[in-house]
Amino acid sequence: MNEILTSKKESIITSVKETFNDVGKVTLFAARFFTEVLKPPYEMKEFIKQCYVIGYKSLPLVTITGFIMGLVLTLQSRPTLAEFGAESWLPSMVALSLIREIAPVITALICAGKVSSGIGAELGSMKVTEQIDAMEVSAINPFKYLVVTRILATTLMIPLLVIYADGIGIMGGYVGININSDVNFYRYTSQVIESITFLDIFPALIKTFFFGFFIGMIGCYKGFNAANGTESVGKAANSAVVTASLSIFIIDMLAVQITDLFF
Amino acid sequence: MQEKPTTDTTPISKSEAPVIEIKDLYKSFGKNEVLKGVTFSVKKGENLVVLGKSGSGKSIAIKCLVGLVSADKGIINVFGTDITKLNNNELNEIRIRIGFLFQNAALYDSMSVRENLGFTLKRHAKDLSAEDLENRIIDVLESVGLGEAIDKMPSELSGGMRKRIGLARTLILKPEIILYDEPTTGLDTITSREISELMMEIQKKNKTSSIIITHDMPCAKRTSDRIIILKDGVIHIEGTYEELEKSEDEWVRSFFI
Repeated sequence: MNEILTSKKESIITSVKETFNDVGKVTLFAARFFTEVLKPPYEMKEFIKQCYVIGYKSLPLVTITGFIMGLVLTLQSRPTLAEFGAESWLPSMVALSLIREIAPVITALICAGKVSSGIGAELGSMKVTEQIDAMEVSAINPFKYLVVTRILATTLMIPLLVIYADGIGIMGGYVGININSDVNFYRYTSQVIESITFLDIFPALIKTFFFGFFIGMIGCYKGFNAANGTESVGKAANSAVVTASLSIFIIDMLAVQITDLFF
Repeated sequence: MQEKPTTDTTPISKSEAPVIEIKDLYKSFGKNEVLKGVTFSVKKGENLVVLGKSGSGKSIAIKCLVGLVSADKGIINVFGTDITKLNNNELNEIRIRIGFLFQNAALYDSMSVRENLGFTLKRHAKDLSAEDLENRIIDVLESVGLGEAIDKMPSELSGGMRKRIGLARTLILKPEIILYDEPTTGLDTITSREISELMMEIQKKNKTSSIIITHDMPCAKRTSDRIIILKDGVIHIEGTYEELEKSEDEWVRSFFI
């Protein structure tokens, strides 16, 4: 019995040590990003390509999920609001919920699944097939070409995708309201715009930059440090999604606390 | 033929000054000691073939030469400079003068053949015009006999073609040293012979020095000026192909059967 307890204790200590070790490595990886990002040469062409891949190519997915978010939120909220005779608040409630919380978190999670795993698998496969080594022996900095461009692209594109998802979600809300009643589009948008203030948009937008940064950084870290063998490519992609998704919730929790403190 | 030359510290005369000189190289991964004091040199224009069983540290030795793997101990002189003491920028200056052909060619999957070759060239020959760049890519591709593959993607190439394109990519910066990591592995006999002949052509034309890691004995016979065999992390024996083929050591002879 004692032996089992001791071995369990040891395995817990080992996994805690490994977690701290990983956190340390990710921190060093992030620090390397900040030291490399300002140094020339700047890989503008690759950065623009990544913005296209990460931003533009995610539009269909974000459109569908954004629309469904707005529609479902409206349909689910209507009965509760109707009970209190507050149906007229539906546009404001949907818009605020979407902008402050639902659109940023859901869009970031969708992108963690699509973008972070994609980056993890791509860089992991490049590592395994020695393409990253090939860059290094050609005196080209693979970190600058592969990592810096991808992290910058996700940091810039995720906020833009969230803003787009906000708009699409609000349109979904309009469709949702019109399933059961007849609301004029002008009246709906006026009510939405009147209910939103700068303090609703600003903190929500700021946190999306952090979401984007972590989605890119975790994908790159997992791929760039993939072990040898094809199995590690799958592990890198899978681990990138899980870690990026978890970090989105942690950042969201911290962002809500900080917003409450300052705004 | 010399037995165990790892302790050989005979100075080399200036006219024979080596372009690569490795002394007492040690490298281990955890408890696994891969290199335990390897010493060898390569003269200008010489082709050195490295043989040894899988896992004997051949690839690690040449990866140490270009700084892909950092040595635990030892001196690695390339063009007279100990690369273990260089910072990354200084090491890159040396890397530009060395070509490295990876076992699976390591072509960039997301780029066409033209982009694979231009990727390195654009970053190191910034004064080249777009026309000169294109001409240089075409010239190098024609020198490996694959001018028509310029717009193909790596996924459209056969194993032999990938090796040739990989070789073209190393040649585009006109290296003085080429390191070949199993250049004929996974290829049929005819393609292996073609790649070996191409390596010799390149060596004659560009007067490069080479280290060739291989398990392919016909390739070793065609390309080697000298052969070293690694065993248990040290150099077991050194000599020409003909000398080693007639070695009294049965283990050495087993490579030539």
